[in-house]
Amino acid sequence: MDAVIDNLPVFLEGFRNTLGLLVISGVGALILGLIVAGLRISPIGSFRGFATVYTEIIRNTPLTLILFFCAFLLPYLQFSPGYFTLAAIGLTVYTSPFVAEAVRSGINGVHVGQAEAARSIGLGFGQSLAFVILPQALRMVVPPLINVFIALAKNTSVAGAFFVFELFGAARQVTNDRGDQVLAILLAVAVFYLLITVTLGIIAGRVEKRVAVLR
Amino acid sequence: MTSVLYDAPGPKARRMSRIISYVGVAVIAFGVVALVLALGAPKASANGAVQPGLWDLSRWDVFNDLEVWRSLGRGALATLEMAGVAAVLALVLGVLFSFGRASDTAWIRVPTTVVLEFFRGMPVLLMMLFVLLVFSTGSFWAGVAALAVYNGAIIGEALRAGIKALPRGQREAGLAIGLTPIATRLRIEFPQAFRQMLPIIIAQLVVLLKDTSLAFVVGYSELLRSMRDLTNFFGNRYSFSFFFVVLVIYLAMNLSLSWLARRIARRGGS
Repeated sequence: MDAVIDNLPVFLEGFRNTLGLLVISGVGALILGLIVAGLRISPIGSFRGFATVYTEIIRNTPLTLILFFCAFLLPYLQFSPGYFTLAAIGLTVYTSPFVAEAVRSGINGVHVGQAEAARSIGLGFGQSLAFVILPQALRMVVPPLINVFIALAKNTSVAGAFFVFELFGAARQVTNDRGDQVLAILLAVAVFYLLITVTLGIIAGRVEKRVAVLR
Repeated sequence: MTSVLYDAPGPKARRMSRIISYVGVAVIAFGVVALVLALGAPKASANGAVQPGLWDLSRWDVFNDLEVWRSLGRGALATLEMAGVAAVLALVLGVLFSFGRASDTAWIRVPTTVVLEFFRGMPVLLMMLFVLLVFSTGSFWAGVAALAVYNGAIIGEALRAGIKALPRGQREAGLAIGLTPIATRLRIEFPQAFRQMLPIIIAQLVVLLKDTSLAFVVGYSELLRSMRDLTNFFGNRYSFSFFFVVLVIYLAMNLSLSWLARRIARRGGS
């Protein structure tokens, strides 16, 4: 136990970096994902095709490979803003198609009758989108989006393998120093991760109950 | 194309969207070509020496060497081996988890739920490190164990949802003809739930296949490690070429599994 208590500042620094990665790449993935989702549901075929190809390629590439590209090949192409930023870029790109899919399924999950009803009472495209479809779509999107962010929180651990000092990196360093108390150290780090994922999970459950669309 | 967002387009809208489509294709194609050219452009490094562009033949001649392909093949095989063993174990664990999770006895159900939540909330990589250091199993079994437990938890949840979605009469009928509760679950409920959830399970197996690359971090020599070793051996000059080929191999493996999942999803409607 004392290995955990002695190294608490190390874990806290790792925790801070994990949270930082989560927030930065979460916001980035949200923006990029919304753009991709917008392309994916647009009436214009070429945009849809482009977004589909992007989604399929990124979704079927291992995160490790993407971070590998960011950590080793981007600097080689003379782009090296530091490993934290590079990891954040990689996580953003990797998460964006999952955000896009969640948003798209939310919008497509709105019943077609709702849009037809909106148009039949004389609302235009913008009005039916703003007053009828988006309010329902956003409610349905929030819980799956939170699930995407839970996955992102867990994925930040991979950045620890690419020179970013976050929770996983902290775990590796401390276990190297204190090989005698591996179990306590890893359990402590697991608690930190669960702090993030369980909290997000509870929020997802609450939101799901409060905003569920009654059919 | 059915979308809630717009009507089926008329002739005017169709012409408009065709024009935008052409412009869009042109812009996207221009972007891709620009990217390819930028990657291919020779670069002057700090000491004034000019490096050939990334598409230059001198960066790709290494693939004439059969040994390179053999090394990549070994890596891909190791990846598939870990994914295969972990997939089988994950399916078995998934069945067990869903059993516990849907149990009528609170003494079984509640602990299973807690354990499941714990496994689902932890990064796979941390679990691999955990197994590696605590049980000192070697990197292969560390990877397999972590992947099996994590994906087993998720498959278990999917199976439970499948069982819950069955009409109640299925279970009642099983009990009515004198099957024990366990036999009812195994012979009536599971086959149906399994079939219903097959697309989700296969999608999860794609995730598992992708996640084997995490075992690279704990020292398992799979495809990514082969790429790393080849780059170290042949020099940084080839790093992009190796990356590109490994990316293509991963995409080929994962896309064909996804394609299989979609096909089964379409057929499984019966």
